[in-house]
Amino acid sequence: MRSSRNNLGRSIAAHAALITYTLIALFPVFVIIINSFKTRKKIFREPLALPDADSFSLIGYETVLKQGDFMQYFQNSMVVTLVSLFCILLFGAMAAFALSEYRFKGNTLLGLYLALGIMIPIRIGTVAILQMMVASGLVNTLTALILVYTAQGLPLAIFILSEFMQQVSDDLKSAGRIDGLSEYRIFFVLVLPLVRPAMATVAVFNMIPIWNDLWFPLILAPSEATKTLTLGSQVFIGQFVTNWNAVLSALSLAILPALVIYVLFSRQMIRGITSGAVK
Amino acid sequence: MSTQPHKKRTRWHIAVFLAPAVLVYTAIMILPLFGTMQNSLFNEIDKSRVFVGLQNFYKLFQDPRWSADFWNALGNNAWFFLIHMLVQNPIGIALAAILSNPRLRFAKFYRTAIFIPTILSFVIVGFAWKLILSPIWGITPSMLDAVGLKFLFAPWLGKEEYALTTIALISVWQFIGIPMMLIFAALLSIPDDVLEAAECDGITGMSAFWKIKLPLILPSIGIISVLTFVGNFNAFDLIYTIQGALAGPDFSTDILGTFMYRTFFGFQLQLGDPYMGSTIASAMFGIILVGVCIYLFAIQTRLRRYQF
Repeated sequence: MRSSRNNLGRSIAAHAALITYTLIALFPVFVIIINSFKTRKKIFREPLALPDADSFSLIGYETVLKQGDFMQYFQNSMVVTLVSLFCILLFGAMAAFALSEYRFKGNTLLGLYLALGIMIPIRIGTVAILQMMVASGLVNTLTALILVYTAQGLPLAIFILSEFMQQVSDDLKSAGRIDGLSEYRIFFVLVLPLVRPAMATVAVFNMIPIWNDLWFPLILAPSEATKTLTLGSQVFIGQFVTNWNAVLSALSLAILPALVIYVLFSRQMIRGITSGAVK
Repeated sequence: MSTQPHKKRTRWHIAVFLAPAVLVYTAIMILPLFGTMQNSLFNEIDKSRVFVGLQNFYKLFQDPRWSADFWNALGNNAWFFLIHMLVQNPIGIALAAILSNPRLRFAKFYRTAIFIPTILSFVIVGFAWKLILSPIWGITPSMLDAVGLKFLFAPWLGKEEYALTTIALISVWQFIGIPMMLIFAALLSIPDDVLEAAECDGITGMSAFWKIKLPLILPSIGIISVLTFVGNFNAFDLIYTIQGALAGPDFSTDILGTFMYRTFFGFQLQLGDPYMGSTIASAMFGIILVGVCIYLFAIQTRLRRYQF
Protein backbone atom coordinates (compact mmCIF):
# COMPACT_ATOMS: atom_id res chain seq x y z
CA MET A 1 0.00 0.00 0.00
CA ARG A 2 2.65 2.43 1.03
CA SER A 3 4.66 1.92 -2.06
CA SER A 4 1.70 2.42 -4.39
CA ARG A 5 0.81 5.72 -2.73
CA ASN A 6 4.45 6.64 -3.00
CA ASN A 7 4.36 5.85 -6.68
CA LEU A 8 1.33 8.02 -7.21
CA GLY A 9 2.98 10.93 -5.43
CA ARG A 10 6.08 10.50 -7.46
CA SER A 11 4.17 10.33 -10.68
CA ILE A 12 2.28 13.53 -9.84
CA ALA A 13 5.56 15.26 -9.02
CA ALA A 14 7.04 14.02 -12.28
CA HIS A 15 4.12 15.33 -14.31
CA ALA A 16 4.17 18.65 -12.45
CA ALA A 17 7.85 19.12 -13.22
CA LEU A 18 7.41 18.16 -16.85
CA ILE A 19 4.35 20.33 -17.36
CA THR A 20 6.14 23.31 -15.82
CA TYR A 21 9.08 22.88 -18.09
CA THR A 22 6.91 22.27 -21.13
CA LEU A 23 5.14 25.55 -20.44
CA ILE A 24 8.47 27.34 -20.15
CA ALA A 25 9.57 25.79 -23.42
CA LEU A 26 6.43 26.58 -25.37
CA PHE A 27 5.27 29.86 -23.85
CA PRO A 28 7.44 32.23 -25.95
CA VAL A 29 6.49 30.44 -29.15
CA PHE A 30 2.83 30.58 -28.19
CA VAL A 31 2.93 34.29 -27.36
CA ILE A 32 4.61 35.16 -30.66
CA ILE A 33 2.13 33.18 -32.71
CA ILE A 34 -1.08 34.40 -31.06
CA ASN A 35 0.02 38.00 -31.18
CA SER A 36 0.92 37.79 -34.84
CA PHE A 37 -2.82 37.52 -35.55
CA LYS A 38 -3.81 40.61 -33.58
CA THR A 39 -4.16 44.29 -34.26
CA ARG A 40 -1.38 46.51 -33.09
CA LYS A 41 -3.50 48.00 -30.33
CA LYS A 42 -4.45 44.61 -28.91
CA ILE A 43 -0.87 43.37 -29.07
CA PHE A 44 -0.01 46.00 -26.51
CA ARG A 45 -3.23 46.06 -24.53
CA GLU A 46 -3.74 42.34 -23.97
CA PRO A 47 -0.63 40.49 -25.04
CA LEU A 48 -1.76 37.23 -23.50
CA ALA A 49 -5.29 37.16 -24.89
CA LEU A 50 -6.11 34.90 -27.79
CA PRO A 51 -7.11 36.70 -30.98
CA ASP A 52 -10.88 37.06 -31.31
CA ALA A 53 -13.20 38.56 -33.91
CA ASP A 54 -12.52 42.00 -32.55
CA SER A 55 -8.74 41.84 -32.39
CA PHE A 56 -8.03 39.55 -35.33
CA SER A 57 -5.86 41.05 -38.01
CA LEU A 58 -3.57 39.79 -40.74
CA ILE A 59 -1.93 43.13 -41.41
CA GLY A 60 1.46 41.83 -40.29
CA TYR A 61 1.37 38.90 -42.66
CA GLU A 62 0.35 41.17 -45.51
CA THR A 63 3.37 43.39 -44.89
CA VAL A 64 5.72 40.45 -44.67
CA LEU A 65 4.49 38.71 -47.79
CA LYS A 66 4.54 41.95 -49.73
CA GLN A 67 8.03 43.02 -48.68
CA GLY A 68 10.09 39.95 -48.04
CA ASP A 69 11.17 37.40 -50.57
CA PHE A 70 10.47 34.52 -48.25
CA MET A 71 9.77 31.90 -50.91
CA GLN A 72 13.21 32.47 -52.38
CA TYR A 73 14.86 32.27 -48.95
CA PHE A 74 12.94 29.14 -48.12
CA GLN A 75 13.97 27.49 -51.35
CA ASN A 76 17.63 28.38 -50.74
CA SER A 77 17.51 26.91 -47.25
CA MET A 78 15.87 23.77 -48.59
CA VAL A 79 18.47 23.27 -51.32
CA VAL A 80 21.40 23.90 -49.01
CA THR A 81 20.08 21.63 -46.26
CA LEU A 82 19.03 18.73 -48.46
CA VAL A 83 22.12 18.65 -50.66
CA SER A 84 24.43 18.99 -47.65
CA LEU A 85 22.63 16.17 -45.86
CA PHE A 86 22.85 13.95 -48.91
CA CYS A 87 26.59 14.56 -49.22
CA ILE A 88 27.20 14.07 -45.50
CA LEU A 89 25.30 10.78 -45.43
CA LEU A 90 26.74 9.36 -48.63
CA PHE A 91 30.38 10.38 -48.12
CA GLY A 92 30.18 9.76 -44.40
CA ALA A 93 28.75 6.26 -44.77
CA MET A 94 31.30 5.36 -47.43
CA ALA A 95 34.21 6.49 -45.29
CA ALA A 96 32.77 4.87 -42.18
CA PHE A 97 32.41 1.61 -44.06
CA ALA A 98 35.99 1.71 -45.25
CA LEU A 99 37.29 2.49 -41.77
CA SER A 100 35.26 -0.16 -39.98
CA GLU A 101 35.42 -2.92 -42.58
CA TYR A 102 38.96 -3.02 -43.88
CA ARG A 103 42.26 -3.33 -42.12
CA PHE A 104 44.78 -1.22 -43.96
CA LYS A 105 47.85 0.79 -43.17
CA GLY A 106 47.00 4.03 -41.42
CA ASN A 107 43.43 3.02 -40.62
CA THR A 108 43.54 4.22 -37.02
CA LEU A 109 45.45 7.35 -37.91
CA LEU A 110 42.97 8.28 -40.62
CA GLY A 111 40.12 7.64 -38.20
CA LEU A 112 41.68 10.00 -35.69
CA TYR A 113 42.34 12.58 -38.38
CA LEU A 114 38.70 12.53 -39.42
CA ALA A 115 37.53 12.59 -35.80
CA LEU A 116 39.46 15.82 -35.10
CA GLY A 117 36.66 17.78 -36.67
CA ILE A 118 34.12 16.55 -34.14
CA MET A 119 35.59 18.79 -31.52
CA ILE A 120 37.05 21.59 -33.61
CA PRO A 121 34.41 23.97 -34.91
CA ILE A 122 34.79 24.80 -38.57
CA ARG A 123 34.14 28.46 -37.76
CA ILE A 124 37.70 28.83 -36.54
CA GLY A 125 38.84 28.63 -40.14
CA THR A 126 36.35 31.20 -41.41
CA VAL A 127 38.94 33.77 -42.49
CA ALA A 128 40.74 31.29 -44.71
CA ILE A 129 37.49 29.72 -45.93
CA LEU A 130 36.30 33.12 -47.10
CA GLN A 131 39.62 33.81 -48.82
CA MET A 132 39.40 30.43 -50.52
CA MET A 133 35.82 31.00 -51.66
CA VAL A 134 36.73 34.44 -52.98
CA ALA A 135 39.67 32.95 -54.87
CA SER A 136 37.54 30.23 -56.41
CA GLY A 137 34.62 32.53 -57.19
CA LEU A 138 32.20 30.66 -54.95
CA VAL A 139 31.22 33.60 -52.78
CA ASN A 140 27.48 34.20 -52.91
CA THR A 141 26.73 30.75 -54.23
CA LEU A 142 24.86 28.01 -52.46
CA THR A 143 27.70 25.65 -53.40
CA ALA A 144 29.96 27.42 -50.91
CA LEU A 145 27.48 26.78 -48.12
CA ILE A 146 26.95 23.17 -49.14
CA LEU A 147 30.70 22.50 -49.15
CA VAL A 148 31.14 24.06 -45.73
CA TYR A 149 28.24 22.19 -44.17
CA THR A 150 29.35 18.91 -45.69
CA ALA A 151 32.82 19.31 -44.25
CA GLN A 152 31.32 20.33 -40.93
CA GLY A 153 28.99 17.35 -40.73
CA LEU A 154 31.32 14.61 -41.94
CA PRO A 155 33.43 13.97 -38.82
CA LEU A 156 30.53 13.18 -36.51
CA ALA A 157 28.70 11.28 -39.23
CA ILE A 158 31.73 9.07 -39.83
CA PHE A 159 32.18 8.52 -36.13
CA ILE A 160 28.57 7.51 -35.45
CA LEU A 161 28.16 5.47 -38.60
CA SER A 162 31.35 3.47 -38.14
CA GLU A 163 30.25 2.47 -34.64
CA PHE A 164 27.07 1.12 -36.21
CA MET A 165 28.80 -0.51 -39.13
CA GLN A 166 30.96 -2.51 -36.75
CA GLN A 167 27.80 -4.10 -35.43
CA VAL A 168 26.67 -5.35 -38.82
CA SER A 169 27.23 -9.07 -38.76
CA ASP A 170 30.34 -10.35 -40.50
CA ASP A 171 28.52 -13.49 -41.59
CA LEU A 172 26.21 -11.46 -43.74
CA LYS A 173 29.07 -9.75 -45.51
CA SER A 174 30.98 -13.01 -45.90
CA ALA A 175 27.88 -14.60 -47.38
CA GLY A 176 27.68 -11.70 -49.81
CA ARG A 177 31.31 -12.12 -50.79
CA ILE A 178 30.86 -15.84 -51.36
CA ASP A 179 27.92 -15.04 -53.59
CA GLY A 180 30.30 -12.90 -55.60
CA LEU A 181 28.99 -9.48 -54.69
CA SER A 182 31.45 -6.67 -55.25
CA GLU A 183 32.53 -4.58 -52.26
CA TYR A 184 30.40 -1.71 -53.58
CA ARG A 185 27.30 -3.89 -53.72
CA ILE A 186 28.01 -5.23 -50.25
CA PHE A 187 28.09 -1.65 -49.03
CA PHE A 188 25.07 -0.31 -50.90
CA VAL A 189 22.86 -3.39 -50.84
CA LEU A 190 23.69 -5.17 -47.60
CA VAL A 191 25.15 -2.69 -45.14
CA LEU A 192 23.44 0.63 -45.90
CA PRO A 193 19.88 -0.60 -45.29
CA LEU A 194 20.95 -1.99 -41.93
CA VAL A 195 22.32 1.29 -40.64
CA ARG A 196 19.29 3.35 -41.66
CA PRO A 197 18.38 4.27 -38.07
CA ALA A 198 21.88 5.62 -37.53
CA MET A 199 21.64 7.54 -40.80
CA ALA A 200 18.39 9.10 -39.59
CA THR A 201 20.05 10.19 -36.37
CA VAL A 202 22.96 11.71 -38.25
CA ALA A 203 20.56 13.44 -40.62
CA VAL A 204 18.48 15.03 -37.90
CA PHE A 205 21.49 16.08 -35.88
CA ASN A 206 22.92 17.82 -38.92
CA MET A 207 19.71 19.17 -40.32
CA ILE A 208 18.90 21.53 -37.47
CA PRO A 209 22.27 23.30 -37.24
CA ILE A 210 22.49 23.64 -41.02
CA TRP A 211 18.98 25.04 -41.36
CA ASN A 212 19.50 27.47 -38.50
CA ASP A 213 23.04 28.60 -39.19
CA LEU A 214 23.50 32.33 -39.43
CA TRP A 215 27.29 32.65 -39.46
CA PHE A 216 28.18 31.15 -42.85
CA PRO A 217 25.24 32.59 -44.82
CA LEU A 218 26.13 35.98 -43.36
CA ILE A 219 29.76 35.66 -44.39
CA LEU A 220 29.77 33.49 -47.51
CA ALA A 221 26.42 34.12 -49.18
CA PRO A 222 24.76 37.35 -48.06
CA SER A 223 23.47 38.32 -51.54
CA GLU A 224 19.76 38.66 -52.08
CA ALA A 225 19.61 35.61 -54.38
CA THR A 226 21.39 33.26 -51.99
CA LYS A 227 20.05 34.35 -48.60
CA THR A 228 18.84 31.47 -46.50
CA LEU A 229 15.65 31.71 -44.51
CA THR A 230 17.58 32.30 -41.30
CA LEU A 231 19.62 35.16 -42.71
CA GLY A 232 16.63 36.51 -44.64
CA SER A 233 14.46 36.73 -41.56
CA GLN A 234 17.31 38.27 -39.58
CA VAL A 235 17.70 41.06 -42.13
CA PHE A 236 13.98 41.47 -42.63
CA ILE A 237 13.16 41.69 -38.95
CA GLY A 238 16.06 44.05 -38.43
CA GLN A 239 14.46 46.47 -40.91
CA PHE A 240 11.04 46.36 -39.32
CA VAL A 241 11.95 46.64 -35.67
CA THR A 242 9.23 49.15 -34.96
CA ASN A 243 6.49 47.44 -36.96
CA TRP A 244 5.37 44.93 -34.35
CA ASN A 245 2.77 43.30 -36.53
CA ALA A 246 5.31 42.61 -39.24
CA VAL A 247 7.96 41.36 -36.84
CA LEU A 248 5.60 38.99 -35.06
CA SER A 249 4.27 37.66 -38.35
CA ALA A 250 7.74 37.20 -39.78
CA LEU A 251 8.74 35.29 -36.66
CA SER A 252 5.68 33.07 -36.90
CA LEU A 253 6.39 32.38 -40.54
CA ALA A 254 9.96 31.45 -39.68
CA ILE A 255 8.83 29.15 -36.88
CA LEU A 256 6.47 27.29 -39.17
CA PRO A 257 8.90 25.44 -41.46
CA ALA A 258 11.09 24.48 -38.51
CA LEU A 259 8.05 23.05 -36.74
CA VAL A 260 6.88 21.15 -39.80
CA ILE A 261 10.31 19.64 -40.35
CA TYR A 262 10.49 18.70 -36.72
CA VAL A 263 7.06 17.09 -36.60
CA LEU A 264 7.90 15.12 -39.73
CA PHE A 265 11.21 13.87 -38.41
CA SER A 266 10.94 13.82 -34.65
CA ARG A 267 9.72 10.26 -34.48
CA GLN A 268 12.51 9.12 -36.72
CA MET A 269 15.05 11.00 -34.69
CA ILE A 270 13.89 9.65 -31.38
CA ARG A 271 13.71 6.18 -32.82
CA GLY A 272 17.20 6.70 -34.21
CA ILE A 273 18.64 7.80 -30.90
CA THR A 274 16.94 5.16 -28.83
CA SER A 275 17.33 2.27 -31.25
CA GLY A 276 20.96 3.21 -31.49
CA ALA A 277 21.27 3.18 -27.77
CA VAL A 278 19.21 0.09 -27.07
CA LYS A 279 20.01 -1.68 -30.28
CA MET B 1 49.32 -15.84 -47.15
CA SER B 2 49.78 -16.36 -50.84
CA THR B 3 46.57 -14.45 -51.50
CA GLN B 4 48.07 -11.31 -49.98
CA PRO B 5 49.43 -9.72 -53.17
CA HIS B 6 46.26 -10.61 -54.98
CA LYS B 7 44.22 -8.88 -52.27
CA LYS B 8 46.38 -5.78 -52.37
CA ARG B 9 45.73 -5.33 -56.06
CA THR B 10 41.98 -5.42 -55.69
CA ARG B 11 41.72 -3.06 -52.73
CA TRP B 12 41.22 0.10 -54.74
CA HIS B 13 37.70 0.25 -53.40
CA ILE B 14 39.03 1.39 -50.03
CA ALA B 15 40.40 4.53 -51.64
CA VAL B 16 37.16 5.05 -53.52
CA PHE B 17 35.15 4.78 -50.32
CA LEU B 18 37.40 7.18 -48.47
CA ALA B 19 38.24 9.74 -51.13
CA PRO B 20 35.18 12.04 -51.15
CA ALA B 21 35.00 12.43 -47.39
CA VAL B 22 38.73 12.90 -46.94
CA LEU B 23 38.96 15.40 -49.80
CA VAL B 24 36.07 17.62 -48.74
CA TYR B 25 37.08 17.46 -45.10
CA THR B 26 40.70 18.28 -45.80
CA ALA B 27 40.00 21.05 -48.28
CA ILE B 28 37.24 22.87 -46.40
CA MET B 29 38.06 22.14 -42.80
CA ILE B 30 41.70 21.29 -42.17
CA LEU B 31 43.46 23.47 -44.72
CA PRO B 32 41.50 26.63 -43.78
CA LEU B 33 42.21 25.90 -40.15
CA PHE B 34 45.93 25.92 -40.85
CA GLY B 35 45.49 28.80 -43.28
CA THR B 36 43.91 30.84 -40.52
CA MET B 37 46.65 30.00 -38.08
CA GLN B 38 49.23 30.90 -40.68
CA ASN B 39 47.44 34.18 -41.33
CA SER B 40 47.72 35.05 -37.69
CA LEU B 41 51.49 35.22 -38.06
CA PHE B 42 51.28 37.87 -40.77
CA ASN B 43 50.21 41.45 -40.95
CA GLU B 44 49.74 44.09 -43.57
CA ILE B 45 52.45 46.71 -43.50
CA ASP B 46 52.51 49.30 -46.28
CA LYS B 47 49.99 47.30 -48.29
CA SER B 48 52.06 44.14 -48.39
CA ARG B 49 51.83 40.95 -46.41
CA VAL B 50 54.67 40.71 -43.94
CA PHE B 51 55.62 37.93 -41.58
CA VAL B 52 55.48 39.28 -38.05
CA GLY B 53 55.86 36.15 -35.96
CA LEU B 54 53.91 36.21 -32.74
CA GLN B 55 53.51 39.96 -32.74
CA ASN B 56 49.76 39.75 -33.39
CA PHE B 57 49.31 37.57 -30.35
CA TYR B 58 51.41 39.93 -28.30
CA LYS B 59 49.18 42.75 -29.47
CA LEU B 60 46.04 40.78 -28.64
CA PHE B 61 47.13 39.86 -25.13
CA GLN B 62 49.17 42.94 -24.16
CA ASP B 63 48.45 46.01 -26.27
CA PRO B 64 45.82 47.95 -24.33
CA ARG B 65 43.90 48.76 -27.53
CA TRP B 66 43.24 45.07 -28.09
CA SER B 67 43.78 43.25 -24.83
CA ALA B 68 40.99 44.98 -22.90
CA ASP B 69 38.47 43.79 -25.49
CA PHE B 70 39.99 40.34 -25.67
CA TRP B 71 40.03 39.68 -21.94
CA ASN B 72 36.54 41.12 -21.65
CA ALA B 73 35.30 38.75 -24.35
CA LEU B 74 37.10 35.80 -22.80
CA GLY B 75 35.72 36.53 -19.34
CA ASN B 76 32.21 36.92 -20.70
CA ASN B 77 32.60 33.68 -22.60
CA ALA B 78 33.67 31.87 -19.44
CA TRP B 79 30.61 33.17 -17.61
CA PHE B 80 28.42 32.17 -20.54
CA PHE B 81 29.82 28.64 -20.31
CA LEU B 82 29.48 28.47 -16.54
CA ILE B 83 25.78 29.29 -16.72
CA HIS B 84 25.25 26.54 -19.26
CA MET B 85 27.04 24.05 -17.07
CA LEU B 86 25.18 25.06 -13.93
CA VAL B 87 21.71 25.48 -15.41
CA GLN B 88 21.35 23.73 -18.74
CA ASN B 89 23.02 20.42 -18.00
CA PRO B 90 21.54 19.69 -14.56
CA ILE B 91 18.02 20.55 -15.75
CA GLY B 92 18.55 18.51 -18.90
CA ILE B 93 19.68 15.51 -16.88
CA ALA B 94 16.78 15.87 -14.47
CA LEU B 95 14.26 16.03 -17.29
CA ALA B 96 15.81 12.99 -18.96
CA ALA B 97 15.73 11.08 -15.68
CA ILE B 98 12.03 11.80 -15.24
CA LEU B 99 11.27 11.00 -18.87
CA SER B 100 13.14 7.72 -18.85
CA ASN B 101 10.65 6.16 -16.43
CA PRO B 102 9.00 3.52 -18.61
CA ARG B 103 5.67 3.86 -16.81
CA LEU B 104 5.41 7.59 -17.37
CA ARG B 105 2.44 8.58 -19.51
CA PHE B 106 2.65 11.24 -22.24
CA ALA B 107 6.45 10.89 -22.16
CA LYS B 108 6.59 11.26 -25.90
CA PHE B 109 4.58 14.46 -25.85
CA TYR B 110 6.79 16.05 -23.21
CA ARG B 111 9.93 15.01 -25.02
CA THR B 112 8.71 16.45 -28.28
CA ALA B 113 7.52 19.70 -26.71
CA ILE B 114 10.64 20.34 -24.67
CA PHE B 115 12.81 19.80 -27.72
CA ILE B 116 10.96 22.43 -29.78
CA PRO B 117 13.12 25.44 -28.75
CA THR B 118 16.20 23.55 -29.89
CA ILE B 119 14.93 23.32 -33.44
CA LEU B 120 14.19 27.03 -33.71
CA SER B 121 16.79 29.25 -35.26
CA PHE B 122 18.76 31.80 -33.28
CA VAL B 123 16.95 34.51 -35.16
CA ILE B 124 13.55 33.35 -33.93
CA VAL B 125 14.77 32.73 -30.40
CA GLY B 126 16.65 35.99 -30.21
CA PHE B 127 13.89 38.21 -31.50
CA ALA B 128 11.13 36.38 -29.67
CA TRP B 129 12.86 36.84 -26.32
CA LYS B 130 13.82 40.38 -27.19
CA LEU B 131 10.14 41.17 -27.69
CA ILE B 132 9.03 39.28 -24.60
CA LEU B 133 11.58 40.96 -22.36
CA SER B 134 11.04 44.36 -23.92
CA PRO B 135 9.77 46.98 -21.50
CA ILE B 136 7.82 48.53 -24.39
CA TRP B 137 5.60 45.50 -24.81
CA GLY B 138 5.34 44.93 -21.11
CA ILE B 139 4.42 41.26 -21.24
CA THR B 140 7.08 40.33 -18.70
CA PRO B 141 6.35 43.07 -16.14
CA SER B 142 2.63 42.33 -16.27
CA MET B 143 3.26 38.62 -15.74
CA LEU B 144 5.60 39.32 -12.85
CA ASP B 145 2.97 41.69 -11.50
CA ALA B 146 0.46 38.85 -11.50
CA VAL B 147 2.62 36.90 -9.06
CA GLY B 148 3.56 40.00 -7.07
CA LEU B 149 7.15 40.17 -8.26
CA LYS B 150 6.95 43.25 -10.43
CA PHE B 151 9.72 44.97 -8.50
CA LEU B 152 12.12 42.41 -9.92
CA PHE B 153 11.61 43.61 -13.45
CA ALA B 154 14.32 45.52 -15.22
CA PRO B 155 15.12 45.91 -18.89
CA TRP B 156 17.45 42.97 -18.47
CA LEU B 157 18.83 42.96 -21.99
CA GLY B 158 19.66 46.63 -21.80
CA LYS B 159 21.49 46.66 -18.50
CA GLU B 160 25.18 45.94 -18.50
CA GLU B 161 25.09 43.89 -15.33
CA TYR B 162 22.27 41.57 -16.44
CA ALA B 163 22.49 41.40 -20.22
CA LEU B 164 25.02 38.58 -20.50
CA THR B 165 23.34 36.40 -17.91
CA THR B 166 19.99 36.96 -19.57
CA ILE B 167 21.32 35.94 -22.96
CA ALA B 168 23.02 32.90 -21.44
CA LEU B 169 19.71 31.84 -19.92
CA ILE B 170 17.95 32.33 -23.25
CA SER B 171 20.58 30.09 -24.80
CA VAL B 172 20.00 27.55 -22.04
CA TRP B 173 16.28 27.69 -22.79
CA GLN B 174 17.04 27.03 -26.43
CA PHE B 175 19.49 24.17 -26.07
CA ILE B 176 18.22 22.21 -23.10
CA GLY B 177 16.83 19.60 -25.50
CA ILE B 178 20.30 18.39 -26.42
CA PRO B 179 21.50 17.21 -22.99
CA MET B 180 18.00 15.93 -22.37
CA MET B 181 17.98 13.75 -25.48
CA LEU B 182 21.53 12.47 -25.09
CA ILE B 183 21.07 11.57 -21.44
CA PHE B 184 17.68 10.09 -22.22
CA ALA B 185 19.29 7.77 -24.77
CA ALA B 186 22.06 6.89 -22.32
CA LEU B 187 19.53 6.06 -19.60
CA LEU B 188 17.59 3.84 -21.96
CA SER B 189 20.71 1.92 -22.80
CA ILE B 190 21.13 0.76 -19.20
CA PRO B 191 19.99 -2.85 -19.32
CA ASP B 192 16.95 -3.81 -17.28
CA ASP B 193 18.76 -6.61 -15.47
CA VAL B 194 21.10 -4.11 -13.84
CA LEU B 195 18.15 -2.13 -12.54
CA GLU B 196 16.28 -5.28 -11.54
CA ALA B 197 19.31 -6.53 -9.65
CA ALA B 198 19.45 -3.21 -7.83
CA GLU B 199 15.74 -3.46 -7.10
CA CYS B 200 16.29 -6.86 -5.51
CA ASP B 201 18.82 -5.20 -3.26
CA GLY B 202 16.20 -2.62 -2.33
CA ILE B 203 17.59 0.24 -4.39
CA THR B 204 14.75 1.99 -6.20
CA GLY B 205 13.54 5.44 -7.14
CA MET B 206 15.84 8.32 -6.29
CA SER B 207 18.58 6.19 -4.83
CA ALA B 208 18.58 4.02 -7.94
CA PHE B 209 19.18 7.18 -9.91
CA TRP B 210 22.04 8.41 -7.74
CA LYS B 211 23.69 5.06 -7.10
CA ILE B 212 23.12 3.10 -10.28
CA LYS B 213 22.09 5.28 -13.19
CA LEU B 214 24.19 8.38 -12.60
CA PRO B 215 27.51 6.52 -12.44
CA LEU B 216 26.56 4.65 -15.60
CA ILE B 217 25.76 7.80 -17.55
CA LEU B 218 28.86 9.73 -16.42
CA PRO B 219 30.54 9.22 -19.80
CA SER B 220 27.54 10.85 -21.49
CA ILE B 221 27.68 13.72 -19.04
CA GLY B 222 31.35 14.13 -19.90
CA ILE B 223 30.50 14.27 -23.59
CA ILE B 224 27.76 16.80 -22.97
CA SER B 225 30.11 18.99 -20.97
CA VAL B 226 32.71 19.08 -23.68
CA LEU B 227 30.07 19.69 -26.36
CA THR B 228 28.76 22.59 -24.29
CA PHE B 229 32.28 23.94 -23.91
CA VAL B 230 33.03 23.82 -27.62
CA GLY B 231 29.61 25.18 -28.53
CA ASN B 232 29.87 28.08 -26.10
CA PHE B 233 33.36 29.08 -27.06
CA ASN B 234 32.43 29.54 -30.67
CA ALA B 235 28.94 30.90 -30.07
CA PHE B 236 27.99 33.97 -32.01
CA ASP B 237 24.54 33.84 -33.56
CA LEU B 238 22.33 34.48 -30.54
CA ILE B 239 24.29 37.49 -29.35
CA TYR B 240 24.52 38.86 -32.86
CA THR B 241 20.75 38.54 -33.24
CA ILE B 242 19.88 40.11 -29.92
CA GLN B 243 22.57 42.72 -29.44
CA GLY B 244 24.12 43.11 -32.89
CA ALA B 245 27.80 42.91 -33.78
CA LEU B 246 28.60 45.53 -31.16
CA ALA B 247 27.45 43.15 -28.40
CA GLY B 248 26.01 45.95 -26.34
CA PRO B 249 25.30 47.46 -23.92
CA ASP B 250 28.89 48.70 -23.90
CA PHE B 251 30.38 45.36 -24.99
CA SER B 252 29.01 43.66 -21.88
CA THR B 253 27.78 40.70 -23.95
CA ASP B 254 30.82 40.50 -26.18
CA ILE B 255 32.15 36.96 -26.48
CA LEU B 256 34.97 35.59 -28.61
CA GLY B 257 32.72 34.86 -31.59
CA THR B 258 31.32 38.39 -31.82
CA PHE B 259 34.76 39.88 -31.14
CA MET B 260 36.24 37.88 -34.01
CA TYR B 261 33.40 38.82 -36.34
CA ARG B 262 33.80 42.51 -35.56
CA THR B 263 37.54 42.39 -35.97
CA PHE B 264 37.44 40.42 -39.20
CA PHE B 265 34.67 42.38 -40.91
CA GLY B 266 34.99 45.72 -39.22
CA PHE B 267 32.10 47.75 -37.91
CA GLN B 268 31.07 51.35 -38.08
CA LEU B 269 34.32 53.26 -38.64
CA GLN B 270 36.77 50.48 -37.94
CA LEU B 271 38.02 48.62 -41.00
CA GLY B 272 38.05 44.85 -41.14
CA ASP B 273 41.35 43.20 -40.31
CA PRO B 274 41.76 39.61 -41.51
CA TYR B 275 45.08 39.24 -39.74
CA MET B 276 43.84 40.17 -36.30
CA GLY B 277 40.64 38.23 -37.04
CA SER B 278 42.80 35.17 -37.70
CA THR B 279 44.72 35.84 -34.52
CA ILE B 280 41.53 35.83 -32.49
CA ALA B 281 40.38 32.68 -34.29
CA SER B 282 43.68 31.01 -33.43
CA ALA B 283 43.31 32.04 -29.81
CA MET B 284 39.83 30.49 -29.84
CA PHE B 285 41.29 27.37 -31.38
CA GLY B 286 43.87 27.21 -28.60
CA ILE B 287 41.22 27.61 -25.92
CA ILE B 288 38.99 24.93 -27.43
CA LEU B 289 41.96 22.63 -27.86
CA VAL B 290 42.94 23.03 -24.21
CA GLY B 291 39.37 22.28 -23.13
CA VAL B 292 39.08 19.24 -25.35
CA CYS B 293 42.47 17.92 -24.20
CA ILE B 294 41.48 18.32 -20.56
CA TYR B 295 38.39 16.30 -21.35
CA LEU B 296 40.20 13.60 -23.32
CA PHE B 297 43.13 13.09 -20.98
CA ALA B 298 41.92 14.10 -17.56
CA ILE B 299 38.26 13.19 -17.63
CA GLN B 300 37.51 10.56 -20.20
CA THR B 301 40.34 8.24 -19.23
CA ARG B 302 39.14 8.23 -15.62
CA LEU B 303 35.55 7.48 -16.46
CA ARG B 304 34.99 3.82 -16.82
CA ARG B 305 32.90 2.89 -19.78
CA TYR B 306 30.56 0.04 -19.16
CA GLN B 307 29.90 -2.30 -22.02
CA PHE B 308 26.76 -4.31 -21.85
